[in-house]
Amino acid sequence: MSEPCILSVDHLSMRFGGVVAVNDLSFTAERRKITALIGPNGAGKTTVFNCITGFYKPTSGAMRLTHDDGRNVQLERLNDFRISKQAKVARTFQNIRLFPGMTALENLMVAQHNALMRASGLTFLGLIGAPSWRSAEKHAIDLARRWLGRIGLLDRADDAAGNLPYGDQRRLEIARAMCTEPALLCLDEPAAGLNARESAALSELLLSIRADHGTSILLIEHDMSVVMEISDHIVVMDYGVKIAEGAPQDVRDNPRVIAAYLGADEEEAIAVMESGT
Amino acid sequence: MTAPVPEPTPLSRAPGVAFILKKALISALVALVLFSLMIGVRTEAGPTGQLIYWTRFGDLAAMVATVFGGSIVVELLRQWWGPVGTVRIVPPPMQNALAVARRAIAPVLLIFTFLVPVIFYDQRYILDLGILVLTYVMLGWGLNVVVGLAGLLDLGYVAFYAVGAYSYALLSTNFGLSFWVCLPLAGILAAFWGVLLGFPVLRLRGDYLAIVTLAFGEIIRLVIINWQSLTGGPNGVSGIPRPTFFGIPLTPGDDGLAAKLGIEFSPTHRIVFLFYVILALALLTNWVTIRLRRLPIGRAWEALREDEVACRALGINTTTTKLTAFATGAMFGGFAGAFFATRQGFISPESFTFQESALVLAIVVLGGMGSQLGVALAALTMIGGFELFRGFDQYRMLVFGIAMVLLMIWRPRGLIGHRAPTVFLRHSQPIVSELVREGRA
Repeated sequence: MSEPCILSVDHLSMRFGGVVAVNDLSFTAERRKITALIGPNGAGKTTVFNCITGFYKPTSGAMRLTHDDGRNVQLERLNDFRISKQAKVARTFQNIRLFPGMTALENLMVAQHNALMRASGLTFLGLIGAPSWRSAEKHAIDLARRWLGRIGLLDRADDAAGNLPYGDQRRLEIARAMCTEPALLCLDEPAAGLNARESAALSELLLSIRADHGTSILLIEHDMSVVMEISDHIVVMDYGVKIAEGAPQDVRDNPRVIAAYLGADEEEAIAVMESGT
Repeated sequence: MTAPVPEPTPLSRAPGVAFILKKALISALVALVLFSLMIGVRTEAGPTGQLIYWTRFGDLAAMVATVFGGSIVVELLRQWWGPVGTVRIVPPPMQNALAVARRAIAPVLLIFTFLVPVIFYDQRYILDLGILVLTYVMLGWGLNVVVGLAGLLDLGYVAFYAVGAYSYALLSTNFGLSFWVCLPLAGILAAFWGVLLGFPVLRLRGDYLAIVTLAFGEIIRLVIINWQSLTGGPNGVSGIPRPTFFGIPLTPGDDGLAAKLGIEFSPTHRIVFLFYVILALALLTNWVTIRLRRLPIGRAWEALREDEVACRALGINTTTTKLTAFATGAMFGGFAGAFFATRQGFISPESFTFQESALVLAIVVLGGMGSQLGVALAALTMIGGFELFRGFDQYRMLVFGIAMVLLMIWRPRGLIGHRAPTVFLRHSQPIVSELVREGRA
């Protein structure tokens, strides 16, 4: 039996000059579970994401990813594209980063780059149109088609990604990340800018990803309805440090969390809570 | 009871006389500043090298008056015509016809190109021009990989053209290797230099990349000028062997192709042969590029142009992706260079100035970045058009410049600005240029 934690972050710190964005943060994300990272604006959540996904090199600390087969990867030792390629960590961005001038289908094909690159014999087999390449390409298109179907964009497969409505772009970005067949999916505010109905659909999508693919999900989110509904475990950050963690119910009732969100003292928060109940 | 018929209100109130006069006055002022030195004062070097100048205020006044009057006319025309829209200028039935024409243009152009040596067999000038145009089509298609697909602004493309040309020239004159052996070698060497250029500029984008590639182009040229023992310096390399028809020379001798085929020798044979060689090379470039676009590497190039950060998040090695783009583009430049050397029989550094880089880049930008057909049309317009304006003599550059400016106003993203998807489920629909990024971020 493999280790239950897919990701364990140990004493992670990230400094930008004099600014300490993340200070000695430790937490774990369990396998096949949805872990949410929440906190007020500027708490350092996206910085943690950027460290995990290799866009930043942490000042200190370790991040270990354990695959299903027990293989360990130290994420702080890999950089940018290798995180996705070797550690199988995929991510989405707070401000959507699709390829706007490419179609929805093409976006999903680009996501399968590494698998297709191998299948095309580093381009040479593909250039001569070898049968093995053709079948691999067909397979890739099928995978993309399945994902387009799941996010309800099959009808718009041939439309430019930049032309899609905002909510569709959000879902397409998640589908694109999933097309890399990740072990850990990191979502940076996937519900930002979505209406209530779209948020509900998103929750459903994330739950189905966890159920059908066994993908572990790490989530930054401000939309508490989404966080509380789908998270198995919540880590709360404020000013770069962890202030609470636990099951959604525990976190919701934690006075330090409420204080951080309300920007008030702890005592005041407790007072607010007590008057509310 | 009838309701009073409402007066047809104009969409926007036409600006008054004061506005038109003000606008014309500003234009005239700008013209005065611009032309006062360009036309107002004429300078020339005297017989002993001293400066001679005289004034031409009459011409200057006429010029400024023309601008003033022209500005009024343009403004009046604009008011009379109203807002300009495509629908208004081109009626829908004609647009449909244009759409059909657009689809037919590529095959028609290709067939015509194949027939050029047949139609214009006796016109050496046209054949030479055709070879020149095809050379630039090939260079444009090669640079299109780097600039159009990968979005890496390369201002030093001529360096690879030079590497290819000198590779063939030196290999053939020193070691007696034939054109068909040297052609792949020239491509490989150019690709190698493309990778070398690629390494230092991996972190750069947009303007900064342009500056470094510009410098690279100059460095190659200066090395060629100064490395006299190898390249012959400014004297160039002469006596470069002509291409053979797979080993059979195109000469009047007994072992020549004409003698073997039993036909009378004509120097045109070689021109026609060269025409088909460059056509084949250009078509090879086109075929490979179209093929590559549908392969993961080509999609990665375009994705890189769209969003480099997202590429990295998807596990795409942006380093190798950029290097392969540089290498592929450079390789085609090298092929074209080798062809140039064998056609000319003589090469010197003068053929590989920045002007060439700028011209090829202009072809790519004018054609619409990433569009194969657009680049071909642009090369035809730029090179062919340049020859067409030969009659205008000293006004050639002026006419040409105005034509370019007008084209860029009419089509800011090039002749063919939209992007064709590389894969589709139901139907392929072009993506409007506004969505396609240019890789300058």
